[in-house]
Amino acid sequence: MTLTLIVFLPFIGSLCAALLPARARNTAGWLAGTVALVCVALVWTHYQDVAGGGVVRASIPWLPQYGLELYFRMDGFGWLFALLVAFIGALVVLYARYYMSPEDPVPRFFAFLLAFMGAMLGIVLSGNLIQLVVFWELTSLTSFMLIGYWYHLEHARRGARMALIVTVFGGFCLLLGVLMLGEIVGSYDLDEVLTAGDLIRAHPWYASMLVLVILGALTKSAQFPFHFWLPHAMSAPTPVSAYLHSATMVKAGVFLLARMWPSLAGTELWFWLICTAGGLSLLIGAFSATFQRDTKGVLAYSTISHLGLITMLLGMNSELGLIAAIFHMMNHATFKASLFMAAGIVQHETGTRDMSRLSGLRYAMPVTTVVATVAAAAMAGVPLLNGFLSKEMFFSAAIVAGDLSGMRFTLPAVATLASVFSVAYSLRFIHQVFFGPPATDLPREPREPLRGMLLPSALLVLACLLVGIFPSRTLGPFLEVAGLSILGKAMPEYQLAVWHGFTPPLIMSFIALAGGIVFYRSLVRRGQTMVPTPLLSRVDARRVYDLINVGIVRGAGGLDRLLFSRRLQPQLLLVVCVALVAAWVALQGGGWSRGSVPLTPVDPLFALLWVAGASCAIGAALQAKFHRLAALIMLGGAGLVTCLTFAWFSAPDLALTQISVEVVTIVLILLGLRWLPQRIAFDDARRRTLRARARRSRDAIVAVAAGVGVAGLAFAALTRPAAQGLAAFFVENALAEGGGRNIVNVILVDFRGFDTFGEITVVSMVALTVYAMLRRFRPAPESMEVPRAQREDLARDRLMEGVNELLPPGYMKIPAVLVRLLLPMAALVSIYFLLRGHNAPGGGFVGGLVMATALITQYMVGGTLWVEAHIRIHPQVLVSFGLLAAAIAGMSAWFVSMQFLDAQAVDLHLPLIGDLHLSSVLLFDLGVYLSVVGATVLMLIALAHQSLRSARKVPEPAEQNLSAAVASEAVS
Amino acid sequence: MEVLYSLAIGILAGSGVWLLLRPRTFQLLLGISLLSYATNLFIFGMGRLATYKPPIITTDNATDAALYADPVPQALVLTAIVIGFATTALFLVVLLALRGLSGTDHVDGREPGS
Repeated sequence: MTLTLIVFLPFIGSLCAALLPARARNTAGWLAGTVALVCVALVWTHYQDVAGGGVVRASIPWLPQYGLELYFRMDGFGWLFALLVAFIGALVVLYARYYMSPEDPVPRFFAFLLAFMGAMLGIVLSGNLIQLVVFWELTSLTSFMLIGYWYHLEHARRGARMALIVTVFGGFCLLLGVLMLGEIVGSYDLDEVLTAGDLIRAHPWYASMLVLVILGALTKSAQFPFHFWLPHAMSAPTPVSAYLHSATMVKAGVFLLARMWPSLAGTELWFWLICTAGGLSLLIGAFSATFQRDTKGVLAYSTISHLGLITMLLGMNSELGLIAAIFHMMNHATFKASLFMAAGIVQHETGTRDMSRLSGLRYAMPVTTVVATVAAAAMAGVPLLNGFLSKEMFFSAAIVAGDLSGMRFTLPAVATLASVFSVAYSLRFIHQVFFGPPATDLPREPREPLRGMLLPSALLVLACLLVGIFPSRTLGPFLEVAGLSILGKAMPEYQLAVWHGFTPPLIMSFIALAGGIVFYRSLVRRGQTMVPTPLLSRVDARRVYDLINVGIVRGAGGLDRLLFSRRLQPQLLLVVCVALVAAWVALQGGGWSRGSVPLTPVDPLFALLWVAGASCAIGAALQAKFHRLAALIMLGGAGLVTCLTFAWFSAPDLALTQISVEVVTIVLILLGLRWLPQRIAFDDARRRTLRARARRSRDAIVAVAAGVGVAGLAFAALTRPAAQGLAAFFVENALAEGGGRNIVNVILVDFRGFDTFGEITVVSMVALTVYAMLRRFRPAPESMEVPRAQREDLARDRLMEGVNELLPPGYMKIPAVLVRLLLPMAALVSIYFLLRGHNAPGGGFVGGLVMATALITQYMVGGTLWVEAHIRIHPQVLVSFGLLAAAIAGMSAWFVSMQFLDAQAVDLHLPLIGDLHLSSVLLFDLGVYLSVVGATVLMLIALAHQSLRSARKVPEPAEQNLSAAVASEAVS
Repeated sequence: MEVLYSLAIGILAGSGVWLLLRPRTFQLLLGISLLSYATNLFIFGMGRLATYKPPIITTDNATDAALYADPVPQALVLTAIVIGFATTALFLVVLLALRGLSGTDHVDGREPGS
């Protein structure tokens, strides 16, 4: 299980760091450092397991029936990489603790850094390819967050975005490639994929799959032609550059190539694709690095070049190349991370990264100078340092591969030429920054940094030296373990020694060293060290990237304009038409036809009822624009007929609910009518234009088609025998299990109580939303005027005067008396409905709506001010208590170890009253009742209050609101 | 009765769809209400039409499903009616807010051609 812990510990640490306060710099540092060190220790404990070629596995089943599990797998190669990630992580944390300014939100930095560490460990320890891709994407995301850490800087945001787009594009290709690979092999399990190499290489999909996987690897490792993102990623804080963009994340691409080496490598295609990309990156990177002004720019291009070297080694299809690649991955990580740290120290102490201003720092910073010089020498490939050894191996691999591929001259020449540049830029980096006359115009007075900042860099340099002098005693065994785990058999002939005679590689090394020095001297003599990169500055991959980006955005915009309308009507028309077509297609097989069940005779009364109902519906449809009130009344008529239909066909509960909802809805819309604009004048000329008429006919056809379709569908269903559904179950169990005679009510509050619980929650939320929206509501200016009826009846101040009287003043006095008498009656009726609901038509919904209607009637007749001067209703409290009651009723089942909402019943015998049957169902229905009363009253009162608000406050002009809305839209 | 019932649903649905395609928010509000009547009746009809058979158990051992109208669609529709009320209320407030903000009651928040 320690494998799982290794991956998850950093994520847990990341969460903890994210929760720390923004100023907790030391706590976050300690946390991150501890996590990294624990990971190092945990990885180290597995050395014995993998040393003999063993593999450690750990899996957590997730959906075992689909073969899905979290699967971690550690072999020698994974072990070495995990150790590298965790160890350099620990050093970077220490460095970052001193590098980061106390003004920055440092816990956020460490949170992302730890998340990255977890994701990277996830990549190297994944035993499943899909899982590997997931962690792969996670590293892209965390890298994005870290590059953009100083998000107030424009170039940081830009660099972060560019890195994300390029690497995520690659990640997508990789996912496609991995899916194809999984199809070919029949499994995503790494063990099986690694042993299926022959099958994969012979498969017809091999070429396309390989291209996709390689695209993933090349984008991640910043290889040609995707190398341009890495220099822009240098906007990140330097610890991030040292960790992600030199030592680990950019290595993920070459890691993947090495990981898949047994199953993918060994073909011509592999050789050409990877060697070309690697070779070009090697040359372009090394050449460009020679001409950078920015210290981190030099290192970024040098990283591209060194990764190109590793890529090229992997592409050579030789086992020696593979071993050299792994060796150089480790060496590069050590010297490049320490160089980045040194560059960060220089920037931290002097305030600049510009090499034209930096000079002669060796006087002020002697220790940093030594550390950086040794690291740069390792980068250049100076003997007795680790860079020299891996470069030697590179040269000999290049000679072997050149012989095999018929490029006897080209490969070694490319290798030597790139090494010449490599020596030149290493020399230049050290010479210009640390030597020469002391700089005079630096932003800060340079001095030696704190010891904690220097320590990580120095440790890495020490490692460079140790590996360089005693290679076979330091890195040798680990390299052997890692190489064996990939090759699976004996290691190739290779010699890990400083000296093995006057061989061609040694000669090439000396040519490179001498050539580099000569090249740099000639540049200095001609004053060309600070010029834009010759030849290459015109061919800018970034410009191509920008062009592609702009093209995609424009294309998407065009597509959007072509396919999408911002207008509601075409969208709705489309929805209706698609529904029609879908129904038509589905019913092709004669589904329209009349069924076998004989029709029941028509009752003339019912026919008459629906003549009225249909007239109301059509009338409402026709009048909704010009006569809103008439249309609303007719809508009510149609609702009433619907309600009677429910009653007619044996649904008393539905009829009761429908009629009370109908009343409340009509009152609600009536309250809203007040705020709609003036009725539009009937403009005959406008309606007669050809376009308007065509549109109306089209809509009429669609509407008739929809109506005919729904009617036909209903008829076809009604004339077929009913399916044996759940009815029998509910009828049999309603009384026996639910203890109620009203089956519909038993279903609602007992069998399907959870649905009802959700429903009252929705209604309550809607009520709160309505309330919240109306708090900020500002009516349009022309509807501010007090309605004529109120104006003529009494002045507004007289309305206020009447507040404390017993009865509301004005023409409403008599109705007010009646309505006040009605309130207790209505309350009684509503409680009666609630209590009897379980056995007879009624229930919480109906009761609640009746009560709400009674309350709102008070408002309508008495006026808001008068009612609220006499009773104060707190609908929010009712809603809360309602939901609480329903929840308690549900939870009461837990105390007798039953499921949530299982019904409980207690039979009591009380003196005087007699037998009492108490059930949790009643409490639940009470909850429904209270929340329905509360929600309905809340909505109605909120709307009713608007008339007071408009009189009190002068709203902002509508134009201003509109322009503000437009402005906010433009911003977003 | 089945013909009549189907026709009633069809007319409600047709009127509703017509209003759905109109340009004013109030028309849309009424359209949705009419359409929800049609939908509720349609779902209710899936339990088939039965008269004088309310799903309320009269005597203790009368538990034969054939004696009663199907209670399941009724329970579903009851829920639908209440939720329909909630959405109508929400939509009404949204249209009022839109009207207050944009100065128009057109569904797109601006007059056509402006």
